[in-house]
Amino acid sequence: MEAVCSYKNRNSPMLSEHDLKLKSVQYRKALLRVIKACGAGHTGGGLSCLDILNVLYNRVLRISPEIFKSPDRDYYIQSKGHCAEALFVVLAERGFFPEKDLETLNRYGSHYIGHPTRQINGVEQNTGALGHGMSVAAGIALAGKIDRKDFRVFTLLGDGELAEGSNWEAAMTAAHYRLDNLIAIVDRNGLQITGSTEDISQLSPLDEKFESFGFAVRRCDGNDVGELVHALEAVPFRPGKPSLVLAKTRKGKGVSFMENVARWHHGVPNDDEFSRAMAELEAAEAAIA
Amino acid sequence: MMEQPLANLEVFASTLLELAREDSDLLVVTSDSRGSAKLAPFAKAAPGQIVEVGIAEQNLVGVAAGLAAAGKNVFAVSPACFLTARSLEQIKNDLCYSDRPVTAVGISAGVSYGALGTTHHSLHDYAVLRAIHNITIVAPADNFETRNAVRAVARSAKPVYLRFGKKRMPHLPRVDSDFQLGKASLIREGNDLTFVACGETVASAVDAAELLGKEGIQCRVLSLHTLKPLDQGAVRQAATETGGVITVEEHSVHGGLGEACAGLLLQEGIHARFKIVGFPDDYTVTGSQDEIFRHYGMDGPGLVATAREMLAKQ
Repeated sequence: MEAVCSYKNRNSPMLSEHDLKLKSVQYRKALLRVIKACGAGHTGGGLSCLDILNVLYNRVLRISPEIFKSPDRDYYIQSKGHCAEALFVVLAERGFFPEKDLETLNRYGSHYIGHPTRQINGVEQNTGALGHGMSVAAGIALAGKIDRKDFRVFTLLGDGELAEGSNWEAAMTAAHYRLDNLIAIVDRNGLQITGSTEDISQLSPLDEKFESFGFAVRRCDGNDVGELVHALEAVPFRPGKPSLVLAKTRKGKGVSFMENVARWHHGVPNDDEFSRAMAELEAAEAAIA
Repeated sequence: MMEQPLANLEVFASTLLELAREDSDLLVVTSDSRGSAKLAPFAKAAPGQIVEVGIAEQNLVGVAAGLAAAGKNVFAVSPACFLTARSLEQIKNDLCYSDRPVTAVGISAGVSYGALGTTHHSLHDYAVLRAIHNITIVAPADNFETRNAVRAVARSAKPVYLRFGKKRMPHLPRVDSDFQLGKASLIREGNDLTFVACGETVASAVDAAELLGKEGIQCRVLSLHTLKPLDQGAVRQAATETGGVITVEEHSVHGGLGEACAGLLLQEGIHARFKIVGFPDDYTVTGSQDEIFRHYGMDGPGLVATAREMLAKQ
């Protein structure tokens, strides 16, 4: 079912659900090309969060290259900074910089490095160390409340990074100041570099944890663009409360042999793996188109 | 008539309130630290310009960065011991690397908390922050420098670390009547040797210079209130003109003011007698701030002894 758009967002392409599905596959192909070309990257996490980034940048966020410096824009802070390549692919496609620039990723002297930096047009905050994004997002959201602006602040958190205590400090501030303009999205793929998040440092039940910290929580399939649109266009879930989208995802989503395999956290496909992955994605693209 | 000397902390708080009245975008962020920062009157007078985050220093700096990202003029205030250790990564990444013009204010710095012990001392902050790119480090000596420093950093477009203690500070008689970030203030003239000090140790250097003056030894005293960027010219000139430099800081001897000056002089091939007075790499003795200063030779008489030793070595 196509979600109903609750407002006219003139700074977003406002893609339909069909077009979003197609875009997700195209982004996955672009992500693998970039990671393959530069020989490094966070493949698994990038694939898991691409549908979230797609829905944010093509449907939800009031952001475009033209209004990026406007004080009234929506903000996006990528707390899970290691999935920078996924963000860069989306920003390039949305026109923040030429896609060709990504050929310099990780090269000597390039601004395009393995984590988001403000040297790159479209990036709001330098991230990469985990557990930083939510405090910064809370600060921006608080400034919005003080100035009575209607912008929203979205932040994407990895599930593994929720072991960082600073997230929970920030969560308390978000609830204390009733920051219903703050939307945290957890990319809940259940894996981190060493293995299952639940085996390493149990995170569940995340919904109850965030609810008890004062968030209004919704679960959704974070690899289903329809469910993401539905959730992200409904924020805030409760007036006076920050929103938390618990987006259940699959690490490595979209490439069968990468899905739910921890070694693809920052695995780079060899030539054969790359060809097989691209063939799968091209088949998926053809099926949608 | 001279005003009653106050703690630099009190001058900071009152200056901030003046600034808050001029700039509605000025915000102070505290981590349950408004009482110790003497900001209770600020909170009463400008309740809309103070943000409390609770005892959560990492969050304090992150939230400050976010507020600055949205255009606010932010002072993040917390005891220096916690601010520059617990939230060091937030200072490094969220402020310095992300280039957010927040002033991180380390209160009750050095051994201000005296017998509360090492958990509450900050003898590492210059060292760690000097090694981080894109931050100005300021440690004003007295009420005059504090007032001017707070006003100057409020206009800064870059991250700043402002550090001071909580002791009442005497008004220092000074040769330089102006204050400029990045430029050392000449407190006292002299050509026999130079005390290069910062923060509350400048007063000790002035005491020492006065004691030595009675014996006909004229010491120059510089308040090197801005540790970074270092006023290289003033340090160079002190070494070449007076031939001896004693640096004094309420900080470890490692990585602070002394090593900054030593590095400069050595690399420029300027030979001068040189001594770093600070905290040795050792378990800090128990006592009040004054007692601790005396123990490590950082009070007037202690610095006189160090100066005599230096002058004896010709």
